[in-house]
Amino acid sequence: MDQETKRAIIMENYQNPLNRYRTEDKSYLKINTNNASCIDNLDIYIKFEGDLIKDITFDGEACAISISATSVMINNLIGKTKEEALDYIHNFYHMTNGDIYNEELLKDGNAYNDIYKQGNRKTCATLPFRGLEKAILESLK
Amino acid sequence: MNREDFPLLKEDIIYFDNSATSLKPTSVIEKMNDYYNNYPANAHRGDYDLSFKVNQEYEGARELVKEFINAEYLEEVVFTSGTTESLNMIVNGFFGNLLEAGDEVLITTSEHASNVLPWFHLVNKLGIKVNYIPLDDNYYVTLDNVKKALTPKTKVISLAGITNVIGDKRPIKEISKLAHDNNIFMVVDGAQMVPHIKVDVQDLDLDFLAFSGHKMCGPTGVGVLYGKKELLEHLEPINLGGGMNESFDNPDEVYLKPLPTRLEAGTQNIAGVIGLGEAIKYLNKIGMDKIGEQEHQLRKYLIDRLLPIKHIDIINFESDSGIVAFNVNKVFSQDVAYYLNKYNICVRAGNHCAKILKSSVGVNSTVRVSLYFYNTYEEIDNLVELLSDYNRIVKEMI
Ligand SMILES: Cc1ncc(COP(=O)(O)O)c(C=O)c1O
Repeated sequence: MDQETKRAIIMENYQNPLNRYRTEDKSYLKINTNNASCIDNLDIYIKFEGDLIKDITFDGEACAISISATSVMINNLIGKTKEEALDYIHNFYHMTNGDIYNEELLKDGNAYNDIYKQGNRKTCATLPFRGLEKAILESLK
Repeated sequence: MNREDFPLLKEDIIYFDNSATSLKPTSVIEKMNDYYNNYPANAHRGDYDLSFKVNQEYEGARELVKEFINAEYLEEVVFTSGTTESLNMIVNGFFGNLLEAGDEVLITTSEHASNVLPWFHLVNKLGIKVNYIPLDDNYYVTLDNVKKALTPKTKVISLAGITNVIGDKRPIKEISKLAHDNNIFMVVDGAQMVPHIKVDVQDLDLDFLAFSGHKMCGPTGVGVLYGKKELLEHLEPINLGGGMNESFDNPDEVYLKPLPTRLEAGTQNIAGVIGLGEAIKYLNKIGMDKIGEQEHQLRKYLIDRLLPIKHIDIINFESDSGIVAFNVNKVFSQDVAYYLNKYNICVRAGNHCAKILKSSVGVNSTVRVSLYFYNTYEEIDNLVELLSDYNRIVKEMI
């Protein structure tokens, strides 16, 4: 993926993020995810239906990288099973650690494949994924 | 000014985060190295020359602090790990034994967490009440508003001399007088004040003052607790152990040393204390008046240049210190900081450990530029140039 495409994905998802609204619907699980070292702070609302992720919305304040990554995550993971979602999340972590990962699987998530070079922004990109992972693991208990 | 004294300033870097911590001049670093290299013994604890020298240097630093803040007695200067520890000692060790349920403590929403959470602890433990002095339209504390907030139950006023969020200087002397006229204790968080303006604890008539070495050209991990002698005598030591006792035959017969040693249990941060002494010498050499004046000029220069930029919203036009807080229209503060970081400019983004932004200013975070005497007009020009181009910020913030 070239730099221009990455930029475009990040900016588009930052400026017009998918599903950025809070929901009062009680069938959604709410999970807060924040970065201790900075001020990113998001609430993520997830609706599970059996094994399926039926819907995800979010709300809160965070930097461009966190917001856009949340939107990208939502775009890729609605409709997936919990297991598929965890697989995606783990591959995303591998990418942001600079390790080998499944490029094809991540699709536009590849826009963040340089992040491992910027230690201080890695936590921004992974922020929503850590929240969703926590929610999935909790739902499996 | 004095840039040549700071090793980092020889690099291509612009450091605008002085409220978080200041840079350290070579003389301070060398003084600490000298201790570690040439007389790295413990203080108070040996009958040999090296240890004697440690003691002299350590107590010499106390003397320097005493003069720097014009304390009346040497015993009134206690070394701690920093403002946070000093405030916790004051709140728990002194007020924790004095206040009762229903007693009130006055603070503001722009206090640093270190001057809030220890009081909250007493709220939960003793049932005291924390009340907030209302801020005026500029987020300032006025004497009038303090007066209005007083009740017969008010026992303590605890305020930052200068805040770390918007850099406003409080009328401490007047508030202190008001406090004492009403039998109220006056505690000052000096973390942002002592490094920037001359503080005279006798003139201000402070009961307690806390500050850190690392924001005033000194090392991290060392700070000061000042307290009036007759009050400090009643501050219960939280740390008990070596160095602070005279004898301890059994639990009923523990005798503690006099002040200030009683409050400095265990091996202290000797290099830090000695380094802090050197930092004070360094600041004295330049002169606190000159430091304040230089910051004032730099700040005015920065504000004048930021004002015409339409996409910049300055939170504090007025301020008596080197702090400028602002936001770039529709850009998250952290993204602005990342953008500037690409050009080796260090600024802080966030809420700066205080509640004021959310509760009073109505924003969750800001970009904060905090200046010190070694910053320059050219550095400010660089910053302003980068901030003046909105499209560039948006383009380069990711
Ligand atoms: C106003 C104020 N109070 C207290 C502190 C805490 O100081 P330290 O972290 O050195 O204990 C700070 C430091 O940021 C501060 O700005």
